[in-house]
Amino acid sequence: MDISFQQAAYSRSQGRRSLSLTEKRNRTQRIETMAESIFTLCAFLAVFAVGAITLYMVANGVPVIYRLGVREILFSSAWKPVAADPSYGILYVILTSVTGTVLAVALGVPVALLTAVFLAEIAPRPLAALVRPAVELLAGIPSVVYGLLGMLVLNPLMYRLEQVVFHGSRTHQFTGGANLLSAVLVLVVMILPTVISVSETALRAVPDQLRVSSMALGASRIQTIFQVVLPAARPGITTAVVLGVGRAVGEAMAINLVSGGSVNVPLPFSSVRFLTTAIVSEMGYAEGVHRQVLFTIGLVLFGFIMLVNILLHKIMRGEDG
Amino acid sequence: MDDVKMEIINLNLYYGNHHALKAVTMNIRAGAVTALIGPSGCGKSTFLKTLNRMNDLTQGVKITGQVRLEGEEIYAPGVDVTLLRKRVGMVFQQPNPFPMSIYDNIAYGPRVHGEKRRARLDEIVESSLRRAAIWDETRNRLKKSALGLSGGQQQRLCIARALAVKPEVLLMDEPTSALDPVSTLRIEELLLQLKKSYTIVIVTHNMQQAVRVSDDTAFFLAGEVVEWGVTGRLFSGPRDRRTRDYITGRYG
Repeated sequence: MDISFQQAAYSRSQGRRSLSLTEKRNRTQRIETMAESIFTLCAFLAVFAVGAITLYMVANGVPVIYRLGVREILFSSAWKPVAADPSYGILYVILTSVTGTVLAVALGVPVALLTAVFLAEIAPRPLAALVRPAVELLAGIPSVVYGLLGMLVLNPLMYRLEQVVFHGSRTHQFTGGANLLSAVLVLVVMILPTVISVSETALRAVPDQLRVSSMALGASRIQTIFQVVLPAARPGITTAVVLGVGRAVGEAMAINLVSGGSVNVPLPFSSVRFLTTAIVSEMGYAEGVHRQVLFTIGLVLFGFIMLVNILLHKIMRGEDG
Repeated sequence: MDDVKMEIINLNLYYGNHHALKAVTMNIRAGAVTALIGPSGCGKSTFLKTLNRMNDLTQGVKITGQVRLEGEEIYAPGVDVTLLRKRVGMVFQQPNPFPMSIYDNIAYGPRVHGEKRRARLDEIVESSLRRAAIWDETRNRLKKSALGLSGGQQQRLCIARALAVKPEVLLMDEPTSALDPVSTLRIEELLLQLKKSYTIVIVTHNMQQAVRVSDDTAFFLAGEVVEWGVTGRLFSGPRDRRTRDYITGRYG
């Protein structure tokens, strides 16, 4: 009697306990599901943003191309948006952005890569601890400050150089140092921190075993760095270069202050206007077709960034196979 | 037969204040496999690294004593470490191919030593892969990434890579401890082939492996060589009590 009573009590308590366990599980599961949905939602926010921007840029930039024709905008060099007989050719502006970016990346990426190699592979720890924060600080400086410094320091220097190079020239239009070259140099400094820190991270992620194996085969330190470590870090370095190109193509404020601002063939000592600076400096007063063409410029810029992303990843990743 | 390839005399090594190798004196016979055994942390891997100066890469290491390669002191001033490492190659515990093609992995060593001729490189790649018994598995995929190979294949590739610079001595730091039994067996068979042309020093945790592959064995304990001699003799009649305790399984 006693025993069966105990058993009944026991099984009752067992039953209750297992019931409370299922309840707990249901609650945990609800939280899990909720958390998952929040994560998913956040992830889609980024995708949604890209989609929305693309749509918006296309919707606003494309109609005017239909109206004026591709040739009239993309392949014409006459930019006279406010003339009585206006023309909206942005060829020189496109060329300026392309030239400026290519030059800035060509000069900046090698310097940045070597700095990253120095920081990750060569520098003694105390020295690296001094250089690294400096580089990170460089990344945090607002771009307009770069522009101000460029105006104060770079432009006067460029003016002096211009006076030497074009001494006695009657055809050259003097710019006072606000020219493509100044803009390129400012861009070089601006892309350095991003490219340096991203590639340094990539270099540090290369397993030490690879360096050791290379040295064990009788390779020197420099051979090891250039033939094993850098190739092994290539995906990360690609990302660094893409980010650098992106920053150079997209920069507006700093180069707006140092590049002069006239629409010209992109020559080193010419005053020039970039895709970005065209939008920044004209959007304030543009209306009608002019305004729409500025949106087209934005679309072109957007297209460039996309193209660079896709191309660089294809080129630099496609080689392993 | 009893040519001495490397001679180690009263070698001491310090990591800062830690005395990691204590008065190590032993010989490495040419054309033989020398096994280094002993519990973890006994200094056998450290000792292996002193033989091609890989410990130069570690900071705070101090060395006294002598290591001679065919009578030549390798720690003498003016020794070209890259040439030393070309003569004394190394294979590591974890298979670690470079993230490049199989061909480029093997050609890497010869290239850093200045070989540029394509035909010559082709030849070296083939002969090295053959010697490491991995040619048949790789001949049709030389341009493919080495990272696509299995662990055991990767380790044989690493052996081939070491052979490509034509070393005289091959140092192996527990080369099979990360591999499955079948791959281990293949590497052991390979060692028996290789010892016809190379002097081999192998660190192993596995005493059966030492018995199977080595001619000589050195037993390390707490940075000292307790006993060193012909493998059969050492295992059948250890002279030191500590050696006997170790081979009967009384240490870790």
